[in-house]
Amino acid sequence: MGITFRKETFRDDFTFRNSPEHIRRFPFPFHEDSYMYAVNIEPHVLGPKGSVLENLIDVDEHYVAEMQDRALVLAEDPLRCQSLSHMTLAGWDLLELLMEQQALGYPEHFTLTRDGDRWRWINRPLGIDDTFTFGDVSTLPYGPMEYITRQSQGDFCILDQRDGNLWMDAGMVTTQADWSLDFDIGMNFFEWHAPVPLAHEKGIFVRALKFLTNIQQGKPARRLNWTMTINPRLDTSPENYHKWGPDRATVTPENVGEKVHLRVELQSFWRLPRSNGIVFPIRCYLIKMDELVTQPKWARRLHRVIRDLPDELANYKGLTRYRATLVEWLSKLDDGSPTSPGFGPD
Amino acid sequence: MSTGTTKLDVVVSDVVPVNELVTRFHFRRRDGQLLPTFSGGAHVVVEMRDGERTRLNPYSLMGSPLDTREYMISVRRDDVGRGGSLFMHRHVRPGMEMVISYPVNLFSLDLRARKHLMLAGGIGITPFMAQTAQLAADGGNFELHYTCRTASLGTYADVLRERYDRRVRLYHDDRDERIELDRLLSSQPLGTHLYVCGPSGMIGWVCDRAAALGWPAETVHFEHFAAPQPGAPFDVTLAVSGNTIRVGEQQSLLEAIEAAGVDPPYLCRGGVCGQCETNVIAHDGKFIHNDHWLSEEEHRSCKKIMPCVSRFEGRSLVLER
Repeated sequence: MGITFRKETFRDDFTFRNSPEHIRRFPFPFHEDSYMYAVNIEPHVLGPKGSVLENLIDVDEHYVAEMQDRALVLAEDPLRCQSLSHMTLAGWDLLELLMEQQALGYPEHFTLTRDGDRWRWINRPLGIDDTFTFGDVSTLPYGPMEYITRQSQGDFCILDQRDGNLWMDAGMVTTQADWSLDFDIGMNFFEWHAPVPLAHEKGIFVRALKFLTNIQQGKPARRLNWTMTINPRLDTSPENYHKWGPDRATVTPENVGEKVHLRVELQSFWRLPRSNGIVFPIRCYLIKMDELVTQPKWARRLHRVIRDLPDELANYKGLTRYRATLVEWLSKLDDGSPTSPGFGPD
Repeated sequence: MSTGTTKLDVVVSDVVPVNELVTRFHFRRRDGQLLPTFSGGAHVVVEMRDGERTRLNPYSLMGSPLDTREYMISVRRDDVGRGGSLFMHRHVRPGMEMVISYPVNLFSLDLRARKHLMLAGGIGITPFMAQTAQLAADGGNFELHYTCRTASLGTYADVLRERYDRRVRLYHDDRDERIELDRLLSSQPLGTHLYVCGPSGMIGWVCDRAAALGWPAETVHFEHFAAPQPGAPFDVTLAVSGNTIRVGEQQSLLEAIEAAGVDPPYLCRGGVCGQCETNVIAHDGKFIHNDHWLSEEEHRSCKKIMPCVSRFEGRSLVLER
């Protein structure tokens, strides 16, 4: 049975919703009642059926609407997609990875046929049927990275590995939590993480880089990250801050459930075979408070996490303006009873 | 967090003597599927079941990365080495089932380079076989300078000349032909990257001259796998697992740790990748560091050892394994 793709928007009238099944599969990021940074990296292996880890590249009911939103962002600002000239080979690596994984996980929606370097790609949800020569840029309407990431949920950063470091040398970034590819392009791992508070002092980035530069082919890894967003807006970029920044002043006790969203990023890390680069897909999942609190365990735990979050972190994540209102709203759903271990709902 | 690579079950599909010292081995997947794509400069670790011993040796993939029906490695016979190359030459036959690792690349091309200048010595030619194939397929700009002892020991020199003509320059020791290194390094266009693979003396010479002539370190790349050196046997206590082991004359410390049933992570087994770095808890004696991973300061501190290539002489050594 195929996925029923929702017709919805991530801007203007914000009609984005999660179906009940998608609420239960939401990748809730807190395994305990508090949160602090850790190098929470684990092997990216398949998870339970019905979870976002059922396939290594997840496609869900928001696929078509997200791809339409991406096209709107790119039409307004083409610099959201950039690839330095030495990254084309890595783009082909990514195209192969995403076509293979989407066709493998969702054969009713995607089909890849390969005859040597003559490839045919069918994407039924978006009505695409293209035949092209793998490795020949002139046979695709866009560069290989742009072509496939216009058809894949989540942002994608392609990192070149050299001199013992990783370099942000290509990417498609339209669903980001307040960072800019155009600003970060060409930076190394320490440079683009410079603004993150507390983690440098803990030596987290040195250890994370060591791990990432040793990621091996066939052994991807993953981690979860999170923040919050007002209104279900995918494109919360610095470039468009004037559009979404003021939203944070609109939260009232009456509209918390509808306006405040937990935003979770499933980040994975894959070694690319031809270029020896690393691709870093950042897949964004949104859930509004009204949806989240349908799972009582999540409501109790989120209340405790947000209430006890260190101020530096709350500030970095942009929560400060509405944090008190949110904590007050969530407190009414927290009777103080214990929460069960693990991420999932009860 | 797990490290190390996934394994591939392969069958030896061909064994081809190349010259009096070098033999080429071809591997295909036992299940008939394509092998994983790789990038020029990558190596695999070949597992050899040699009687009671398991030998694990890294070899550069030398086929074209564009053809993943089979992998090819070339092994130079070392009659005074620890026996891995002799095992390959004497015992590995077509049809034999073996296990190899997924490819790992610790000698990657820098794809920003406007030109790739490659210097090979002897069997150090193998990673360049794959890198030149990769670059040639995409119109890449490269130039290869290859030194060998004699024409008959110039492994693949004929193939390379045939494929790339004047982009390959050969130097034969027995004819007293030498790379004019300073002139070569001084006459390269801006944006050139330098790659060197060969005997450690050659790598040291090239890196030193490049530094002296002002090449930025970021543009100089070398493949420097050290083979574990034999040495006097020594005893080690593994504090975490509670084992006391003896490292044999022809055995590496890493192999002895593995033989005791402890599996430290590894990728290169040649003192380069850093995976098997091990903390020293106590010692009474002298370290023989042979790796290229730890800094000189770390070597002097006696607090860490790379068990894949380094040894110890003295009364006692306690490691955190």
